[in-house]
Amino acid sequence: MKLVAAMSGGVDSAVAAARVAEAGHEVIGVHLALSSNPQKYRSGARGCCTIEDSHDARRAADVIGIPFYIWDMAEEFHEGVVENFMAEYANGRTPNPCLRCNEKIKFAAVLERAKALGFDGVVTGHYAQMRETELGRTMHRAVDPAKDQSYVLAVLNTEQLAGAYFPLGDIVKDDVRIEAKKRGLYVANKPDSHDICFVPSGDNAGWLRERLGSEVGEIVDESGKKLGEHKGAYTYTIGQRKGLGITVPAAGGEPRYVLKIEPKTNTVVVGSKEALAISHIDGEKPIWCGPVPAASTEYRGFAQIRAHGAPLPCTYRHDGTHISVDLDDPLFGLATGQGLVIYDGDRVVGSATVSSTL
Amino acid sequence: MDNAATVPISDVAIEALNNAMRKIGNASSVHNFGRAVRKDVEDAREELARLVGCGPTEVIFTGSGTEANNLAIKGFYWTRVSQEPRRNIIVASAFEHHAVLDPIEWLVEHEGAEQVLIPITEAGVIDLDFLCSFVAENRDRIALIAVMHSNNELGTIQPISEVITIAGDIPVHSDAVQSFGKVAFDFAGLGLTSTTISAHKIGGPLGVAALILKRGIDVTPVLHGGGQERDIRSGTINAPAIISFVAAARDAITNLESRSASINELREYLAHRITREIPGARLNAVAGNHLPGILNVTFPGTESDAVLLLLDSHDIAASAGSACSAGVPRPSHVLMAMGYSESDADASIRFSLGTINTRADIDILMTVLPDVITKASKKVSA
Repeated sequence: MKLVAAMSGGVDSAVAAARVAEAGHEVIGVHLALSSNPQKYRSGARGCCTIEDSHDARRAADVIGIPFYIWDMAEEFHEGVVENFMAEYANGRTPNPCLRCNEKIKFAAVLERAKALGFDGVVTGHYAQMRETELGRTMHRAVDPAKDQSYVLAVLNTEQLAGAYFPLGDIVKDDVRIEAKKRGLYVANKPDSHDICFVPSGDNAGWLRERLGSEVGEIVDESGKKLGEHKGAYTYTIGQRKGLGITVPAAGGEPRYVLKIEPKTNTVVVGSKEALAISHIDGEKPIWCGPVPAASTEYRGFAQIRAHGAPLPCTYRHDGTHISVDLDDPLFGLATGQGLVIYDGDRVVGSATVSSTL
Repeated sequence: MDNAATVPISDVAIEALNNAMRKIGNASSVHNFGRAVRKDVEDAREELARLVGCGPTEVIFTGSGTEANNLAIKGFYWTRVSQEPRRNIIVASAFEHHAVLDPIEWLVEHEGAEQVLIPITEAGVIDLDFLCSFVAENRDRIALIAVMHSNNELGTIQPISEVITIAGDIPVHSDAVQSFGKVAFDFAGLGLTSTTISAHKIGGPLGVAALILKRGIDVTPVLHGGGQERDIRSGTINAPAIISFVAAARDAITNLESRSASINELREYLAHRITREIPGARLNAVAGNHLPGILNVTFPGTESDAVLLLLDSHDIAASAGSACSAGVPRPSHVLMAMGYSESDADASIRFSLGTINTRADIDILMTVLPDVITKASKKVSA
């Protein structure tokens, strides 16, 4: 096959590219330039937007022995990921930009360009497994539970997944580093990237405040009583406990959590942990990673609502436009906008964007 | 077909380099060994001076064309401004190489310079009327004028004599990296104040170039140290590279006419086939005085990086625009200066032919180019 290996400059994508090249595929390495000014979004060695990273990716491609190019996806990334990230926060929701990047960039813009240029698919260093099963080509959790990234890939539909290759699904991270070293890749010991690649220093709230302004609003309890002030409701997330800046203690002295964010009135509502408890989740815009489950039929499975969150036993059903989930045990704190991913054992069934909770 | 980027080192240059590298001694030393090396360097300097049309003392060897351009731009600017502070305007053609544009931008950002860019006409040459009226109005405020001898992306030769007439006593620097050794070039005949030439574009080694600087003109050094080159450029004299550079220059100038004629013929053959076989392809700035080897073509609706990737997969080398320090492709500032839209600038490819190319190379290119253009014409980005 002819494959495009997306190379961030990190160890995972380098080993992924090396593995497919070694397997005899015709591979080119492509580093995505995601910022129109490569130093704009982030400086420093982590993340995906620096001169050092593009150099690391190029060096890895040269050592592997594959051609290397840089594709400018800055416009697509800004429109599809960064603007969506700001808009979601401005609407009081908590988005996951890595999901959007996979959905709109890596397995959309990049995959489409790869296909137009005569390639069969895109290889990444994500930790997930594609398997041929009786259900067709399906996506499963990686063998390394600590690194499993099936959650952030669950936004890919079957057509996108048909062109997606994840050579690291069957290996644990420590072994990836050992393999990188054996292959002579000097990124073998490069630190993992964390945080959001386009937010410098990981200061999410500060980044948002710079772009969305810092309009002062009220922090209130469930009865509407003012407890304090904040500098921009979007810097809070549902379930957040620390950094609320409330001066009036609760009657019983118990900790308070963010229950609700109301963007229209710029109000943050706080309350007790009990008030955060939910047992029902509704998700909109479902995406199926394999066969579409029959509509209006109840299934048993697991719901996951964070990249490295626990799988929550549940019953789920869908009507074509929404997935609704009844959790076996209550969950404390779930923001709208987060990704809801449904698993059947270790198989990813599909995903939706959390639209409401009860 | 990317000979404007660099060309293979020639056999005569390799031989000269090998011989010179076996000779010991620092050309600046007082002893016998040093003097022997110094003699070779000065022989080479005199020969290069004859080939360029200047005096031997006017040759300042540098480590690269970029260094020579930096030395000219910054050196002139600092000297002129220290003598007459109001002379802080640097006039340059809008499509200069980054080795000229970037030092100017640096002076604007850090040293209070003002930059005025000469617009480029559709024919790919500087707008002389603009230059004439700007100079007439601002004569006593201009530190220097920089106009390249020929443009590296288009191949168009610039009206340097006219620039010099307009400039009068204002220093004129001309980056001749693409011209020297390929078309007739006479430093004194033109009346330039300074020019840059480079070895690796004419079959010499990498890492050596020269600033030709008119006798009696002072420029402030960029590198400070031993002052080996006329007290203007410091650094141990790279004798083997200089000797090899001059061997390559001798070879290039001796064979200039015959090589230019055959490369020009190849270019015309390529232009003919592209026009005939690629619908919609447009040849850019091909009329007028031109370098023999450069052909710039717009393939409307394509993205140049996709075209280059697909050509590369057939082991065919060409180029487009330039890339930023992280390697991100950018639409050509040369074509943008000519008034091209970003999409047309981004759809343009530079083929640059050299002595290593044959008609067979062009025939091979033309077997794959139609398909490459078709593939790269699909909507290849979301």
